[in-house]
Amino acid sequence: MSDADGPGIPDVEPTDPDADPAFDPVEPNTGEAFEPTDVFEEGEDFDLRPGSDSCYKCSTCDTNCPVAEVDDEFPGPKFQGPEQWRLKQNDDDHGVDDSIMDCSNCMRCDNACPSGVPLSQMHNTARGEYVAEEMSKTSLRYWRNRILANYRTSAWLASKVPRVANAAMNFGPARWVMEKTLGVTSEREFPDFATETFREWWDREGGAAGSRERAREQRKRRGDPVDADKRVAYFHGCYANYNTPEVGRALVRVYEHFGYEVVVPDQKCSGTPMFANGMLDDARRHAEVNVSSMGDLVERGYDAIASCTSCSMALRQEYPELFDIEGIDDVAANTFESVEYLRIHEDLRGEIRDADVGGDLAAEFAYHAPCHARNQGLDRQAVELFRDLEGVGIEDVGDSCSGISGTYGWKDEKYEKSMKIGEEMFEHMESAEGSTGMTECPTCAMQMEHGTGYDIRHPLELIEAAIVD
Amino acid sequence: MAIESEVLVVGGGLAGLTSALAAARAGADVRLISYKQSTLRNASGLVDVLGYTPAGEGPLVDPYGAIPELPEEHPYRTVGLAGVREAMDTFDAVAPDYRGGHTDANALLPTHGGTVKPTARYPAGASAGIASDDRDLLLVGFESLPDLDAPHAAAHLEAAGVPFEARGVTIRFPGDLRADAKVTRYAKLLDTNGEVTVRGRERPAREALAARVNPVLDDEDRVGFPAILGYDRAGGVRTDLARKLGAEVFEVPMGPPSLPGLRLEDALFDALDTAGVSIETGNPVVDFEGEHRIERVFVEKNGARIPNAADQYVLATGGLVGKGVESDRERVYEPVFDCHVPHPDGRYDWFDRDPFGDHAFARFGVETDGDLRPTGPEGRPEFDNLRAAGSVLRGYDFAAEKSGSGVSIATGYMAGERAAEVAG
Repeated sequence: MSDADGPGIPDVEPTDPDADPAFDPVEPNTGEAFEPTDVFEEGEDFDLRPGSDSCYKCSTCDTNCPVAEVDDEFPGPKFQGPEQWRLKQNDDDHGVDDSIMDCSNCMRCDNACPSGVPLSQMHNTARGEYVAEEMSKTSLRYWRNRILANYRTSAWLASKVPRVANAAMNFGPARWVMEKTLGVTSEREFPDFATETFREWWDREGGAAGSRERAREQRKRRGDPVDADKRVAYFHGCYANYNTPEVGRALVRVYEHFGYEVVVPDQKCSGTPMFANGMLDDARRHAEVNVSSMGDLVERGYDAIASCTSCSMALRQEYPELFDIEGIDDVAANTFESVEYLRIHEDLRGEIRDADVGGDLAAEFAYHAPCHARNQGLDRQAVELFRDLEGVGIEDVGDSCSGISGTYGWKDEKYEKSMKIGEEMFEHMESAEGSTGMTECPTCAMQMEHGTGYDIRHPLELIEAAIVD
Repeated sequence: MAIESEVLVVGGGLAGLTSALAAARAGADVRLISYKQSTLRNASGLVDVLGYTPAGEGPLVDPYGAIPELPEEHPYRTVGLAGVREAMDTFDAVAPDYRGGHTDANALLPTHGGTVKPTARYPAGASAGIASDDRDLLLVGFESLPDLDAPHAAAHLEAAGVPFEARGVTIRFPGDLRADAKVTRYAKLLDTNGEVTVRGRERPAREALAARVNPVLDDEDRVGFPAILGYDRAGGVRTDLARKLGAEVFEVPMGPPSLPGLRLEDALFDALDTAGVSIETGNPVVDFEGEHRIERVFVEKNGARIPNAADQYVLATGGLVGKGVESDRERVYEPVFDCHVPHPDGRYDWFDRDPFGDHAFARFGVETDGDLRPTGPEGRPEFDNLRAAGSVLRGYDFAAEKSGSGVSIATGYMAGERAAEVAG
């Protein structure tokens, strides 16, 4: 090669036209033998290539990662998502990097990406692959994660004997054993199990038939047509059923106040803790039940609503991103967070403006927006709604992550990190005027209470206090 | 039903935030919807008005003086000189950590490439770096942050003829941060003055950093760092470092992701919150209903279409980079309302063959009437109640002129004010 080719271009033998048309930087073979769009194998279920190609490395996702901000070992969402996906193609020597288990699945990176890269879908997929192929199924850590991820099973058992469970779960020696054998931190208090689950209460109130009666009464009072088509299917999730049935009861009363008939279909866990632990087979089993029962109702004209922002997130985004189940897209498109749904269909803002609150909810609230509310565009919903409500005050404690991320902060080896992430929120809560917390997410609520000792309420409880007689 | 407001702003960049603020301050009930988080975190944090004329003359000393001479299609001509001034006053009122509002003249600020940029406003944290100041300066770069190559940037500054001596050194940031640690990791460590490990000993991060810089500092009066000196408590970090170094400390604005951009984003969102604006991010506006008036728009969330209705609308979705203007092989278009985007038919006429030539695409965008309402091919408004602001507008090349922030603020302000006026 002559100097005229300029510096930096290596001396290479001319390409043998019969040889395998591998990539050659001097004479790139972009003819018929080489199709640049086919360099990666097609994905089996979901093709992540377009997402990976859309990433232009601005690193905005990294500025949103609560783990990377405190953990020097964690490479951040840009690596975990598009970069790892690319590195893994056509290279069987490399598995998924084990740092994927340090991602807390807060999903904030999704809301950050100006290019629409499905980062959390990539993280969930990689984590699932890591757990399926690289994690020992006989290790204690695997079983610890599996038990934590299947919270519904433990909660179901505990709800049979709530008083015994409440005593046993926070019994010092038992917790010491749990930490030493399983790696479940003994720093945290287990949440109380309700003596009456939400579903028990619901049956006692007459179930769907009772709700229809009450909704019709309310429609008369409101001057609406008595047979108005206002029907919703409530996805209460595990926590509102077993631990905070007052949230579920508030939802039913608020919806009936607006003239809605509520049904409470059969349901399993939304899958949120299973995604976060890479237990995709478990998650799929639960999702199939949920999609089937919610799908039937959606087909009959119901909309699905959830009071937990992680549950609504799972049904809306994670299900269609991870599973191919019949009817899953219709369920996703017809699922709403419960307060959001009322903002769309009713004059909730007007009723809140005309209302006032007395009693124990006439308080100053320190509100924390759950990370999973962000992708749904709901992180400001509560503060904007309640700033017009007489008798209460509400202050946003900032956009930091609470740090617990479901089961993450329950793990012995993650506890310190979880508290370090939460530090900013604790500080802002302490300096806020009120000493009652508010959030939509049950595990954020645990963390808020753990860090400050405040009592934590759900927005639906305040709406109930404001507008339901 | 729909989620309702008087004025609905689509877009969360500088133009969208300014229009929402202007409309709310004028008394309207305002809602702002942004596809994703604000793109301000990609911005350097410098707020320019006009650095060069469209013919390339400059750097301009007085950006305002040049505005009446701009071509008629330039958005500044639609807003008018008085409007631009009012808009900048509003910006100053809500960005207290900004400097430059005391004068009409442009300031000259060093960039992380070592060039000098004319700009109308700059963060307080960058002010000690100003290039018209004749005190000598030291630039300190970090090995793990190649975005600021300090010796190179210093040499570049000297070559540009600055009236002081500039020297650059590269050091290792104290502690065992990973090689690709995020800018937020540095900022958080300095904000909290967290412990870092230096030769087996734990030391507070600010003290450890000053200890690394002191031996390489000669008698320079000011020291510049990459813009990672804290996030929430940046002022405190600078003051603390300045005391430990015995020199003024400043930040050199950087590329994305940018802490000065993040801080500006926070200041503006706080101002919107105070003004009572309702804000939603995370999902795009994809469609609308209406013929000559927009009745409602739809936000898409995983297949669900959430209706949002308002009396007046502002389109502030950005330009070709921000996806407010899109193109394919056939045409250039505005994706939300399909407003008319004038452009040559053949796509080979959209650009110049010289990379630094006069590219037509740089000025692509929607055309408006005197009220900032996008107009169709016949020059009539596409919709009675839609105004456009920021880089979705045609007629200016913000990268060449250094006018991006100013046009966004000025047109955002005007669109917001007008929308509120009509809605009220």
